[in-house]
Amino acid sequence: MTDDHVRLVDMTLRDGMHAVDHQFTPEEMAEVAAALDAAEMDVVEVSHGDGMGGSSINYGFAAADTEEYLDAVVPELTDTQLSVLLLPGIGTVEELDMAVDRGADICRIATHVTEADISEDHFGYVKDRGLEANGLLMLSHMAEPQRILEEAKKMEEYGADAVYLMDSAGALLPNDVRDRISLLVDELSIDVGFHAHNNLGLGIGNTLAALEEGAVTTDGCLRGLGAGSGNAQIEVLVGVLEKAGYDINPDFFGVMDAAEDVLVPMIDDDEMPKLDNDSLMLGYAGVYSSFLRHTRRAGKKYDIDPREILVKLGEMEVVGGQEDLITDVASQLAEERDAGAAAEAASDD
Amino acid sequence: MSLDAAIVGPGNIGTDLMYKILDRGEEIELQRMIGIFPVEESEGLQAAVDEGVDVGTDGIDSVKEHADEFDLVFEATSAGIHEQHAPVYKDLDLFAVDLTPAAIGPYTVPVVNADEVVASGHENINMVTCGGQATIPIVHAVDRVADVEYAEMVSHISSESAGPGTRGNIDKFTQTTAAGLEEVGGADRGKAIITLNPAEPPIMMRNTVYTRIDEDSDVDEIRDSVSRIESEVQEYVPGYEVTLEPTVKDQDDVAFDLGDSIILTTMLEVEGEGQYLPPYAGNLDIMTSAALGAAERVAQQSADADAIGGVSDD
Repeated sequence: MTDDHVRLVDMTLRDGMHAVDHQFTPEEMAEVAAALDAAEMDVVEVSHGDGMGGSSINYGFAAADTEEYLDAVVPELTDTQLSVLLLPGIGTVEELDMAVDRGADICRIATHVTEADISEDHFGYVKDRGLEANGLLMLSHMAEPQRILEEAKKMEEYGADAVYLMDSAGALLPNDVRDRISLLVDELSIDVGFHAHNNLGLGIGNTLAALEEGAVTTDGCLRGLGAGSGNAQIEVLVGVLEKAGYDINPDFFGVMDAAEDVLVPMIDDDEMPKLDNDSLMLGYAGVYSSFLRHTRRAGKKYDIDPREILVKLGEMEVVGGQEDLITDVASQLAEERDAGAAAEAASDD
Repeated sequence: MSLDAAIVGPGNIGTDLMYKILDRGEEIELQRMIGIFPVEESEGLQAAVDEGVDVGTDGIDSVKEHADEFDLVFEATSAGIHEQHAPVYKDLDLFAVDLTPAAIGPYTVPVVNADEVVASGHENINMVTCGGQATIPIVHAVDRVADVEYAEMVSHISSESAGPGTRGNIDKFTQTTAAGLEEVGGADRGKAIITLNPAEPPIMMRNTVYTRIDEDSDVDEIRDSVSRIESEVQEYVPGYEVTLEPTVKDQDDVAFDLGDSIILTTMLEVEGEGQYLPPYAGNLDIMTSAALGAAERVAQQSADADAIGGVSDD
């Protein structure tokens, strides 16, 4: 048992945007945010799934602009803090500026796990504006603990108030999480956080492992709504952390109600993340979770098993943001298949 | 008549450019390579010394000291530094070819608008970005057949080939490239995305260009236009290759409302010539090739102007 305090970040309105192809309306966001605020959630994160500036052909256009989403959510929040996400290379300081003006309390800046040095300006900007800045190291299964520490230290130096280990592919096993988190906790003087995806069925288990090693802030979504098979299911996490004796703010019943009564009626069956074969393959092959729905569409267009596409993408070591390569891989696999079929037909003659 | 030149910024880009000028510069004579560190601490300056090129180690002070040796400066530092250097070049009457995203002068893409920009009398021209040099020709090729409502480019670069200049300048990269897609490519609106990929062995520079156009556009004619511009770019960037010819995405292929439009996806790869860094660093290659191409045009035009001037003096 423990009485350590843990901060919970609900990303239903950010990572959850992947599950709905970024089509939440501002009104829906307002409703979910109000329910989370009533449930005393510590932080809610709002933006396109790929961060502010993510609205594009490559990642999918969102139903509304970031400005409209923020304007809808801000009035619903009393004690709950508002976080926004930015991936340098996709969004810019201009988006941060807009979000701060509209009421964001926390800016989370995400880079691939080995590329922290593209984020210095962005941290500098957030700190200049006097906000909390968090650094997110994505696809953290793709680097060894020591390298992750080097990158985390860069973010600390740039001004990050916390660094999160992002298991963006849901590919880490509990011991991998322990090795990485314990090193960060030992060597950094700032808070350490964790972000799970459930592709190997380890969303809650890995989160517990991270907290046991000293992480003090962690991510989740209502019903696990997020990319791939989803994130740590946050109402489950609240129940589990209460049972484990952690000191947490959100109200268990309130969060459960937000999930079942507010979110679930908004979500179509085919949007609700499931741990099915395709999302299992994300975790197994180590592919960025938000590739799932794009891969399914490409699989359908080229009549290729999405798992084959994901295995190939895993072999290519693609990183977050390279969604355009899905089409490339699918079309190549289709070409190879057609060439193989043609050769077989020729040899039959 | 040849033009004497200096390179300021002996990093990845500057060093690659040096080798290109030495290898195949026609009207450009490289006189000096200038950095801010002692030669023994700078791989690029060391390379210049090895090639018999004079060096300077005091940055802009070296430029001032040796300004009478050259007429043209290639700026291969960073956007912030070029903003400081540009007024000095102007005072010293040096033509500036700016390879940073500072974009003080007009965006210049050789195959699209270089002759026009140089002829209009600008003394500071900007090479947009590596991603811009790779993708703007494609947008222009689509736009000259069908109006491009929106163009989006995604550039993937190996981590190995992205130096500190690129890394510290990432917003400038996306903003400058997006502006180039509009101003030079002809798109009504542009967006640029860059990712760095650390995979080993390093990935080749690859780019995806999405163009949103009217659904009734003549796609065959667009493919032909893209194929023609590919050949024209290959004249100064031999490793430039379209790997996916314009391919249609319609409403069934996307999760957002397309209205009366379709999207064309075109992919291309740039393999470097491998003078300084390995061939995967096509992102450097296309910038330096484009900068040299543009400088050759400056030399050509100044030769023409001198010839005319010479006649009128008589």
